[in-house]
Amino acid sequence: MEILELFSKIGIYATMALVLVFALGVVALRNLFHCALCLAAVLIGTAMIYVALHAEFLAAVQILVYVGAVMTLVIFVIMLTEHLGGKTIRQTNRQSPAAIIGLSGIVVLLGTLLMKTPWPVTAKALDAKVSVMSLGKALMGTYAFPFEVISVILIACLIGAIVIAKKDVSEKGPS
Amino acid sequence: MIIPLQHILIFSLLLFATGLYGVLVRRNIIGILISIELMLNAANLNLIAFSKSTSLAPETGQIFAIFVIAIAATAAAVGLAIVLALYRVRKTVYTDEVNLLKW
Amino acid sequence: MSMPPFLRDIEFAVDLSLVNAKGWCLDLLGHFLPDWTVVLASIVISGVAILALGPLVMMYLTLLERKVIGRIQNRYGPNRVGKWGLLQPIADGIKMFTKEDIVPAQADKIVHFLAPVVIVVPALMVFLVVPFGERMTAVNLNIGLLYFIAVSSITTIPIFMGSWASRNKYSLLGGMRTAAQMISYEIPMTLSVVPVIMMSQSLSTNTIVMTQVGDLDLHWFIFTPWGLVGFLIYFLCAVAECNRPPFDLPEAESELVAGFHTEYSGMKFALFYMAEYMNAFTLCGIATTLFLGGWQGPFFPSWLWFFGKTFALICVMIWFRGTLPRFRVDQLMGFAWKFLLPLTLINIPVAALWFFVPERLAWLYSIAIFAVSFWGLVKLNCAFVPEKRIYPLAD
Repeated sequence: MEILELFSKIGIYATMALVLVFALGVVALRNLFHCALCLAAVLIGTAMIYVALHAEFLAAVQILVYVGAVMTLVIFVIMLTEHLGGKTIRQTNRQSPAAIIGLSGIVVLLGTLLMKTPWPVTAKALDAKVSVMSLGKALMGTYAFPFEVISVILIACLIGAIVIAKKDVSEKGPS
Repeated sequence: MIIPLQHILIFSLLLFATGLYGVLVRRNIIGILISIELMLNAANLNLIAFSKSTSLAPETGQIFAIFVIAIAATAAAVGLAIVLALYRVRKTVYTDEVNLLKW
Repeated sequence: MSMPPFLRDIEFAVDLSLVNAKGWCLDLLGHFLPDWTVVLASIVISGVAILALGPLVMMYLTLLERKVIGRIQNRYGPNRVGKWGLLQPIADGIKMFTKEDIVPAQADKIVHFLAPVVIVVPALMVFLVVPFGERMTAVNLNIGLLYFIAVSSITTIPIFMGSWASRNKYSLLGGMRTAAQMISYEIPMTLSVVPVIMMSQSLSTNTIVMTQVGDLDLHWFIFTPWGLVGFLIYFLCAVAECNRPPFDLPEAESELVAGFHTEYSGMKFALFYMAEYMNAFTLCGIATTLFLGGWQGPFFPSWLWFFGKTFALICVMIWFRGTLPRFRVDQLMGFAWKFLLPLTLINIPVAALWFFVPERLAWLYSIAIFAVSFWGLVKLNCAFVPEKRIYPLAD
C-alpha cells in the first residue's frame, strides 16, 4: 500500500509542477487566447489538488463555475476584441525587471516565513471529512447571512454587466 | 493529508506571485483580469489547505472558498463588461492607452 | 411480485456476472502478486472497460441513428457491410483512419491539434459515475451528479479551441453559437436535477438509484409531477447540450457548413463525432439514472435494463431529428431563458411541497401550479406580431 501512496504523492507534485508551468504561460504568452487556455488548465489542475485535499465539492464547483462559465466569458471577450492583437503590439509594459526583482524578494521573504512558522497541524483535523451535507448545513446555518449577501451581489453584478455591455441605442443609427 | 502543509503553501505562494507578475506587467486588460483569477485561485488553495490541517471547524475554509469563487465570477463578469464598453468607445483594450483622467 | 427462489438465484447470478468476473480476476491476481497490484489492477480493469465501452457505444449509435433515420425517411439505411450493416461502423472507422488529415495554412497548429484530443477526455471521464448496473459504477463518488455536471461543462473549451484555431468564419460562428447555447442550456439542466437531489438527499448516483427502489409499484421519479416536469426539462436540455436537432444550430449545415468542425478531417473529425455521441449516451444514461429508476426493473439483469432505457431515450432523440425543423437563434435562446428557466424555478418549490403535503393533495396542488405557470409562460412568450409589417431597410 505504501507504493500506492508514493504514486499519489508523485501525482500531486507532478500536477503542482504542471500548474506552475501553465501559470507561467498565462502571464508570459503573447497570444491572449493561449493565455486563456493555460488559465483553464491551471484551474483544472488546482481542482485536482482540491480533490487531493479531500475537497471534492469545491473541486466540482471550481470546474463548473470557472472552467464552464468564467472561461467561456473570457474567451468570448477575447474573440470580440481579438483583431487588435497584431504581432507588433507590445504585450508587456516596461515594469518587467522591477516586478521580477520585487516579487522574488516577496517570494523569498514569505517562503522562509512559511517554512519557519510552526503551523498548528492537528491529527484530528487531518482525519476530519467534510461531507456535502455538512457544507450545506453550514451554508444555510452559520453563514446564512453572507450567503444571502452573495446572492444579492450576484444579481446586482448580473444586471450591472448587462447594462454596461449593452449597445447604446443611440449608436445604432441607419448605416 | 498526504503531502505536508508547507509544500502546498509554497506552491500557492508561487502561483500568487505569478499572478501578481501578470497583473503588474500585462498591458492588455483581459490579461490583467485573468492574472487576477490566478491570484484568487492561489488564495483559495490556501484556504482549503488551512481548513484541512488546522483545528478550525472543517467546513469554514471551503465555505469561504465558495464565496471567493462567487465573487471572482462576478468580478470577471463586470470587468469583462467594462472591457467591452471600453473597446466600443475607445477602440482599445490596453491600459496605458486609457488615459482620459490622467495628466 | 413473487418468483420461485431458484429463478431469483439465476437472475442474481446473471445480474452480477460481470462484477463477479472482475472479482475472480482480482482474487487470482491476489494469490501471486502483492496487495497494491490488486488495487491497481482493479482500477485498470474498470478503466479499460470504460475506454472500450465509450467507442463501442459510439460506433453502434451511429449505425442505430442511420438505420432509424433511414426508416423515418422511408429508405433502408446502411445494409451492405455485414448482416444488416452491422460492420458498417468498422468500415467507417477504417475510412476515417486512412483519410488525409488537412490542417489549414493559417491555422493555429497546436491548438488545432489539441482540440479534438481534449474534447474526448471529459466525454470519457463522465462515464466514471454512470451506474451501468447493480454495483457497476466505476467510482461511487459522493458528489457523483455534481461531478457529471461539472465535467460535462468543460466541453465548451475544446469547441472554442477548435473553432478559433481553424481560422475560418464558419468555424468561428459555429463555435460562438455552441458556447452560447451550451452555457444557456446548462443552467436549466442543472436546476432541473435539484428536485431529485432534494428527494434522495444525496448527490451520489448510486444512492439516487437506490431511493427509486420498488418492484412493481414503481417509485421512479418520473411518476411524480415534479419528476415528470424535471425529466422533460432535463431531456430537452440534454438534446440541446449535445447539439442535436432541433437544437443543432452550432453545426447547421445549411448555414454554417459544419460549424466548429468545418476544418477538421479524418481522425480528428472522428474524435469530435465520437465525443458528441458519447455525450449523447451519457446524458441519456444520467436521465435514466435520475428519473427512470436507473438499472431497476424486474426479470432482466440490471445492466440490460439500464442500456434498454438509455437506448430508448436515444431513439427519442433520433426521432426528434427525423421530425422537427431547426430552431431560429433567438427562439433557441428565448426558449432556454424565458421558458425552461422559470419552469425549473417553479419546479423546485413544487418538489418541496411534495415533501410536506400528503400525496393526493400534492398531486392536485402541483398539477394546478404547473397548469397555471405553463399557461402564463406560454402567454408571456408569445411573440408580438404587429398587424402591419414594417420593413425599415426597404425604404
